[in-house]
This record gives sequence, structure tokens and C-alpha cells, in this order.
Amino acid sequence: MEKDAYVMELDDGILHVKDLDFFYHQHQALFAISFAMPRHQVTALIGPSGCGKSTFLRCLNRMNDNVPQARVLGSIRLNDLEINQETLDVISLRRRVGMVFQKPTPFPKSIYENVAYGLRILGVRRRGEIDAAVETSLRKAALWDEVKDKLQQSALALSGGQHQRLCIARAIAMEPEIILMDEPCSALDPRATKKIEELITTLREQYTIVIVTHNMQQAARISDCAAFLYEGKLVEYNRTDIMFTAPRIRATEDYITGRFG
Amino acid sequence: MAIFKKNFWRGGEPWVWVTAAGLTLVMLLTIGFFAIIIINGLSALWPRDVVRITTTSGDVIAGEIIKKEFRHDKLHRLQLKTANRDVNGYDFKWINANTISETSYPPDIYVLERLEYGNFIGYLAENNPPHIQRHFVSGELRHEIDALVARIDAVHMLIGTYNDQLRAEEKNTPVNQENIHRYQNLIGMYNHGAEILEQELDTYRALFITADGKEKHLRLAELIRFYQPERMNIFAKTVHYAKKVEELLFDEPREANMEGGVFPAAFGTVLLVFIMSITSFPFGVLAGIYLGLYAGHGVFLQLVRVAVNNLAGIPSIVFGIFGWGFFVHGLGSSIDELFFVETLPEPTFGTGGLLWASLSLGLLTMPVVIVAVEEALRAIPSAFRDASLALGATRLQTLWRVLLPAASPGILTGFILAMARAAGEVAPLMLTGVVKLAPSLPLDSTWPFLHLDRKFMHLGFHIYDISCQSPNVEAAKPLMYASTLLLVVIVLLMTGSSVWMRSYLRKKYSVSSGF
Ligand SMILES: Nc1ncnc2c1ncn2[C@@H]1O[C@H](COP(=O)(O)OP(=O)(O)O)[C@@H](O)[C@H]1O
Ligand SMILES: [Mg+2]
Repeated sequence: MEKDAYVMELDDGILHVKDLDFFYHQHQALFAISFAMPRHQVTALIGPSGCGKSTFLRCLNRMNDNVPQARVLGSIRLNDLEINQETLDVISLRRRVGMVFQKPTPFPKSIYENVAYGLRILGVRRRGEIDAAVETSLRKAALWDEVKDKLQQSALALSGGQHQRLCIARAIAMEPEIILMDEPCSALDPRATKKIEELITTLREQYTIVIVTHNMQQAARISDCAAFLYEGKLVEYNRTDIMFTAPRIRATEDYITGRFG
Repeated sequence: MAIFKKNFWRGGEPWVWVTAAGLTLVMLLTIGFFAIIIINGLSALWPRDVVRITTTSGDVIAGEIIKKEFRHDKLHRLQLKTANRDVNGYDFKWINANTISETSYPPDIYVLERLEYGNFIGYLAENNPPHIQRHFVSGELRHEIDALVARIDAVHMLIGTYNDQLRAEEKNTPVNQENIHRYQNLIGMYNHGAEILEQELDTYRALFITADGKEKHLRLAELIRFYQPERMNIFAKTVHYAKKVEELLFDEPREANMEGGVFPAAFGTVLLVFIMSITSFPFGVLAGIYLGLYAGHGVFLQLVRVAVNNLAGIPSIVFGIFGWGFFVHGLGSSIDELFFVETLPEPTFGTGGLLWASLSLGLLTMPVVIVAVEEALRAIPSAFRDASLALGATRLQTLWRVLLPAASPGILTGFILAMARAAGEVAPLMLTGVVKLAPSLPLDSTWPFLHLDRKFMHLGFHIYDISCQSPNVEAAKPLMYASTLLLVVIVLLMTGSSVWMRSYLRKKYSVSSGF
């Protein structure tokens, strides 16, 4: 694709990706991806199954470190911090870049302990501090009113949509700058999906969000920018309204209009 | 019709019936198995009726009916427990039905349980002194006899102490003749006292007459209890039964294990499983964690997995041989040479004992634990691990705080299976320290309280011993069934408590219930 300035270097960019290649052992999953994601906006990653969206997302918080025999080339900058460097403190990176997964993953603990998990791991002991963080995070995740009376009950008893919002609250409790979401609604019913979408729209005021989605309407509704990936390559990247009304590349148009994928 | 037949087979209906029949068969066998153990185990200690039989040739025999054999729906012969081994030379007898001329259930006849020679069955003679006579009605002498026995024991203990002191004096240089004389005098005095007490105890004897008229003097001190089955109502029999159960659970065995209780064996079984668990489970869990989380799928590790999975199928005696060769003669002998030189050649750890038996059993059950832990960890969706890591947790924190709690029900299942298996294994123990009769419990009040080097008794071996190795298999049968039932109950109690705990953990930690 054309490497115009908007794409490569944003004044308000928070994540700058440059020439990112990714290999699962012999298999190359990402090819020379370069683009920047703007601060306090929602960036959607779209593309057919297996095109490398999850792989890309997991590069942003180095979750791919756990994949044996995986290799990554190129550069990812979070503000001025180079993420792809050996000496990086991965733990503190993951506190700055939170992640929400496709399948809700409430831990087998109480609602309270789920949200407090990250803080406990950090070694925070003060009860008051944790209480406060739990409440703010649950409020921000629009879950507080539903669970405030049963914080000590098992998180497993909540509904699927509540689980996902709990996972978002859990990520928020770490006070990250960026929240990565990998198809957060694909396991949810339409009502729960709507709630999450509303939540994402409010969260973007404080956080930068990168979200993978299969749902074109969803991408159109909630994202500010969109990146179309195809077979491991970035095909097109633009403001969502432009890309969805006037895609520059044929493949993008075909995908958005549902002619393939 | 042909079409019907075709559909009949195609529909799969017969197949369902075949599987149902298979299940029914298995269930019947299981129910039968438990029925035999429970019925025999529970009834083993119930007092039986004593029958008196006069044969056509004029002989008279009394005894408890043990078994009836029928032929063509008619009583063919019956087996009596006649007891009175010391009088007759046998204590069981078969009687053909066609030689019986008369049967009765005499209310006067007594069954006496004795410390030696098994039970005695007979009538109390009428010419016994009145206080003896009364004793068999009200048990009034029990107290005096117990007091006498206690005094004799105390005197013997004193004699033992003075003997020790005497021996110490004799070693002293210069020899203090005065002290030696003093101790010798004391010992002589107490020996004399013991003799007098013994003689007094000996006066408490009763004359009994067997059904066929033989006389027998019985020392009351040797009687454990006596009863007249025909005079007992259901309540009295229940009390008797409760006492027998208490004896079974809390008393030492007597008469080459054929009588008395099985306490040391039951205790040994539980202690063995306990020590086996705390020594082997941690290693099993660690190995399972490595295989489940960290190990890859290379050729070597897959071989290790196959080996571990099949280790459970190795005959248990092999583990016994290993324990005998490696633990007892390898490790044990080395430990003796290093730490117990002063007692050699008498071995301390260089012979079978509780520790080596526990470790051998631990090896035997380890694969069960390893596989359970590995599977339990694998069953947790990787998303949970990722979610924890994505929150900035280290791998160790993730393991402790998320994975292990979520895997705990599965891990506990492994523990249950391992404990159940360990409680029932006998073969490896026979090579590593189980004995028919242990002089002392492996746990007592002398330092260091838990004696891992001691030999121990075990219910499984106890059952084998009394059912196959005892001089009088027939006499040992009730205890054999009772012990078997007890073993089953112990295993069920141990596993039952773990099952309960597992269901609690499942409720608390199950990761799959949420969606
Ligand atoms: N752990 C892995 N090991 C090897 N190949 C993988 C792994 N995860 C994904 N892939 C491959 O990488 C490609 C991109 O996968 P992914 O990023 O999951 O796609 P998407 O999320 O867009 O559906 C696919 O071809 C997939 O088969
Ligand atoms: Mg994906």
C-alpha cells in the first residue's frame, strides 16, 4: 500500500509499527506491517480468518513470547519505548498494554479478587487501595451496579456478557494506556455485544483501544481508524469513515461489502 | 417381515440392549461382591445359637452352626463350631444329617471366650463354690480378678526394674556386695509375692462340663467374656455385638491373629497411606506440572509420557522388588553404615520398615498422580493462562494463583485414586516391611514418636495371613470377613472425604461452569 504520512507517523500516535515480520517457526504470519495507531481512539483490525489479526495484536504486548519457536522482526514503539527489544521488561509492558480475549476468562475466584488480581500480583497489600481500584474499574466497565452487592461471590456465576465486562474491568484495574481486544464480542449475544460496544465508546476517552473484529457493522460503529489485513499483509489503513465509504483498494471493498471472507 | 428385520438391526435397538445387558452384569457382580463382604463382615461378630445334637450312635455334640449343606432340597450335613480345641483336639466338625437323632438348644449352655485355645462351649458344673457360681450370673468377681492381674503385672514390673539395677551394680567396679545383696533380696521377695498372687488368682477357677460329659477347669483370669446364647434377647445380643466391634477396632490380635482385634493392622494401613501420600504426592505434582505446562512434545518427552502412563500397569510386586533392592538393601544399608554403626550388625534401616514400604508404594502410585495433574492442567483452556500473563503475572504467579486452583479438583481425583490403590496393595509390602505381628506400633510416645524404621502391620496382609496362613482357617473366618469389611470401610472413608473435598473445590474453582 501507499505509505503516506498519516499512516506512518502520527503526531498523536501512541503505537508505531514499522516493518513488522512475524514467523511461527517456518511459517511467516505477518509481512512488513507498518502503521501507527492514534492515542485515545479506537483502531479496528479487520480481515478474513487466519490473516494474522490475532498474531499482530499479540505482538503489541509480547504475548507471542510464549509461543515456542516464534520469531519477530521489525520495530514497535509505544511512545518512545521500543517493544521489540531483548531487554524489555515484559511484565511492566503488559501492565501498560492490557488485553481482553475472545472467550471471557473469569478466574475461578470472587468478583472482587478477579479485579484485584493484577494489583495483588503487583504486591499491593493495602485494603483501601485495592477496594478503591476495584470499585473504579468496575464502574468504568459499567459493571458496578450489577455486582456491587455480591463482590465476594464467585465470578463464575455471572453471565457471559458480564464475564467479558469483568475481564475489561480486570484489565482497567492495571491502569493501562492501551487495551487490546481480540474479538471481544464474538462469544456474546446481541444485547451483551451492544453493552460492550457502548463501553468501548466511553473507554476511548481515557484509553487507546485496538480491537480485532469480524463484524463490519461493529467496526463501522465503534472504530475511528481501521486496518485491513489480508494474508499477513496490511492492505489498507485509513480513518474508518473514509475506508468504509471510499476504500482505495478493491480487495478492501470486496471484504467490507461481504463479497469474500 | 424382511423389511422389519432389516430396520430392526439397522435401528441399533439390539445394540442398545447388548450394552444394557453388559452394564447389568457388571452391576450384579458389584452388588454381589459388596453383599458378600457386607453380610459376612457384619454377621461375623454376631453371637450364634448353640445347638446340642445327639447322634444315632449316642454321641452328644454341642456347637454353633456354621454352615448347612443341602442336597436335593434336604439337609445333607452341617458344620458345627464345637470349640473346646484343648479338650477335643479339633474345634469344627461336620455331622451328617442322617446320623442325627435329636437336636435341642439348651439354654444353660455357655460360650466362653478365652485368651488361649479359642472358645469353650459347655455347662457350668453344679458343684462349683457359690461365689464362682454367682460370678457366671452377675460377673461379680470380675473386679477382684482384674485387680489381682493388675497387681501381678505391677510386681513383675518391679522385678524387672530391680533386675536392671542389679545388672548395673554387677558391672560397677569395685563391686558393691551390699547393694547386690539388697537387690537380690528384693527380687526374691517380690518373686515370692508374685507367686502368692498367682496362686490366689489360680483359686478363681470354675469347673465346666462339655456336652459329651468331659470336665474342664477354667481359670477365670483367662476368660474374656461368657454368654448363654439361648438366654440372650436381641438387645443383649446387640450389646454383645457392639463390644465385639469395639474389640475388633481397638484391641490387639490374639491367638495368632485369629481372635481379638485388628487395631494395629488398621492403624498401620492408615499410617502407611498417609506417609506414602506426604512423601510421594509432592513429587508427583511437580512432575505433572512440568509435563503439563512446560515440557514440549519432542520424541524424548513423548517417550517419558508413554512410560509414565504405563508405569501404573506394572505388576505391583515389581515395585516391591525394587523397594527391597534399592531402598532396603541399597539406601537402608548405607544409612545404617553412616548413622547407626553402633547397633550393627543389627539393622535399623537396612531391613524392611514403614519408610521403605511407604516409598515403594509412593513409586507405585506416583504415575496416577502425575497423569492426573498433567491432564488437569491441560484441561484448563490456554486462555486462562494467557489472561493471567496479559495482566503482568509471571508464569509462577499464574501457576499458583490461577492454574493450580483451577486444576485442584482434577489433582484431588488423582490423589483419591492413588490413595485407594495404595490402601489395597499388599504384594510390595511383603518385601518391604509388613509383618504378621508387630511388637509395637510405629507411632508411640517415645522419641521420635514416629518410628519410620519399625515393621508394621497392615489390614490387607492381615487378611491374607489369617485366611491363608493361619493354623486354623475355619476359626479365622469371622475375623477375616470383619477385617475385609473394615479395609473396605477405611478405603471408602479416605476416598469419600476426598471426594467430598473435590466436589467442594469443583464448585469453587471449576473454570468451565461459567460458559
Ligand atoms: N501458535 C501458532 N503456531 C503456528 N501457527 C499459528 C499459530 N497461531 C496462528 N498460526 C497461524 O498464523 C496465521 C495467522 O493466525 P491468526 O493471527 O490467529 O489469524 P486471525 O486472528 O486473523 O484469524 C494462521 O495461518 C494460523 O494458522
Ligand atoms: Mg484470531
